[in-house]
Amino acid sequence: MGSMKEVFNSLLLKELLKGMSVTGKYFFARKITVQYPEEKTPMSNRFRGLHALRRYPNGEERCIACKLCEAICPAMAITIEAEPRDDGSRRTTRYDIDLTKCIFCGFCEEACPVDAVVETRIYEYHGEKRGDLYYTKQMLLANGDRYEAQIAQDRQLDAKYR
Amino acid sequence: MDALMNFGLGMFGGVWPAVWTLVKIVLIVAPLMLGVAYLTWAERKVIGYMQVRIGPNRVGPWGLIQPIADGLKLLMKEIIVPSGSNKAIFIIAPMLAIAPALAAWAVVPFTDSLVLANIDASLLYIMAITSMGVYGIILSGWASNSKYAFLGAMRSAAQMVSYEISMGFSLICVLMVSNSLNLVDIVYAQDHGRFAEWGVGFLSWNWLPLLPMFLVYLISGVAETNRAPFDVAEGESEIVAGFHVEYSGMAFAVFFLAEYANMILVAALTSIMFLGGWLSPVGFLPDGALWLFAKMAFVLLLFLWFRATFPRYRYDQLMRLGWKVFVPVCLVWLFVVGAWMMSPLNIWK
Repeated sequence: MGSMKEVFNSLLLKELLKGMSVTGKYFFARKITVQYPEEKTPMSNRFRGLHALRRYPNGEERCIACKLCEAICPAMAITIEAEPRDDGSRRTTRYDIDLTKCIFCGFCEEACPVDAVVETRIYEYHGEKRGDLYYTKQMLLANGDRYEAQIAQDRQLDAKYR
Repeated sequence: MDALMNFGLGMFGGVWPAVWTLVKIVLIVAPLMLGVAYLTWAERKVIGYMQVRIGPNRVGPWGLIQPIADGLKLLMKEIIVPSGSNKAIFIIAPMLAIAPALAAWAVVPFTDSLVLANIDASLLYIMAITSMGVYGIILSGWASNSKYAFLGAMRSAAQMVSYEISMGFSLICVLMVSNSLNLVDIVYAQDHGRFAEWGVGFLSWNWLPLLPMFLVYLISGVAETNRAPFDVAEGESEIVAGFHVEYSGMAFAVFFLAEYANMILVAALTSIMFLGGWLSPVGFLPDGALWLFAKMAFVLLLFLWFRATFPRYRYDQLMRLGWKVFVPVCLVWLFVVGAWMMSPLNIWK
């Protein structure tokens, strides 16, 4: 009896019609597409995008060349060279992040004792030739100067959870 | 029409009939190609909407220029001929695929007078011509000298031959009840009956009394055009792109033109055989070619709807459906229709 019922159901295309009614309903459903360049999805203040090196308000760079970020970086994307500056403080002479290696895990930011290296909300950047995504210390410091307001605001929002 | 013909005869003499026929062919093929282009657009829109997306919307308003952009892109691209291929057949195969898809339109009646060649055996012509389409696919797969192309070609050969049979049987039912092989007569045969006299003509069209055959024809039509869920010949996830895996540029585009032209053709034939062609569904509205186009659009929407809904058949399921379901159903219904026509309940006199 059960198999007869099955035969009739398949001959009457019952399940096919059911499937078509589902897709038919979705035809009129509200579309969830986000029209990217014009519209953007909301973003967390913890978003991990383009890197930046920050400065203190007096203009002194924060990084003390402890190399913790270089040590923790799982992709080995960070290269640091350092020597004492004329005033005796320890500073980097070279701080490069190869963004083609970087996996944007955020460990460097977590490892940093002075909040020097951070990941910003910026994700719309590109390189047009090999090497364009190899960010040097100057480029990273420039990023930090450019987006400092946003970076500071995001750290402030997250401070109570850290 | 006749006035134009006579005017041309007076002006240009003996060459005019040939020129006039060419003009009519262009008048059919040019809108057909435009229809194909916008069918690809409609497909992407409809399937997008069913997947809660919005589909192409960047090139022109609502993405309306998208098919033109796609066509231009494909025209510009290089046609790569694989070094291991049989070059002559490789180039000829797309032409063999598209020629039948266009040639079949010669006998499709848009209204009772608007038809390129109103021949008596037009149904036979349609069946003969549409069966030719499989050669393009087989030869392209064979000439490519690639295992995926070859697998796709073999699959589509077996599939199209199988579904040709059930398609033929369902059309036999149609020609039994309309007592003619002429497509114009087949449409007229759907114009009388009790419901047509009551002014609800759409109930006396063939789709209702021959409902199982209508479904068999529609599904076989989907299978004949290698459309989802019967697109095993392409089978992106199994055999890359099947028979046209080695094709690029315009040669690739021609296969797509053929596939979509075939879709429109099957939609037109379904409308003519089962949905009353250019007849108006209700008595108080006039008949006309617009009705045919509306019905074709409906059938095409079904094609797209199927593609958005059903996953691809497994190959053995496909063969099972063709041989162990459709052929028996067709044979049974053939006898039912025969008995019906002989009984006093015959509604097709």
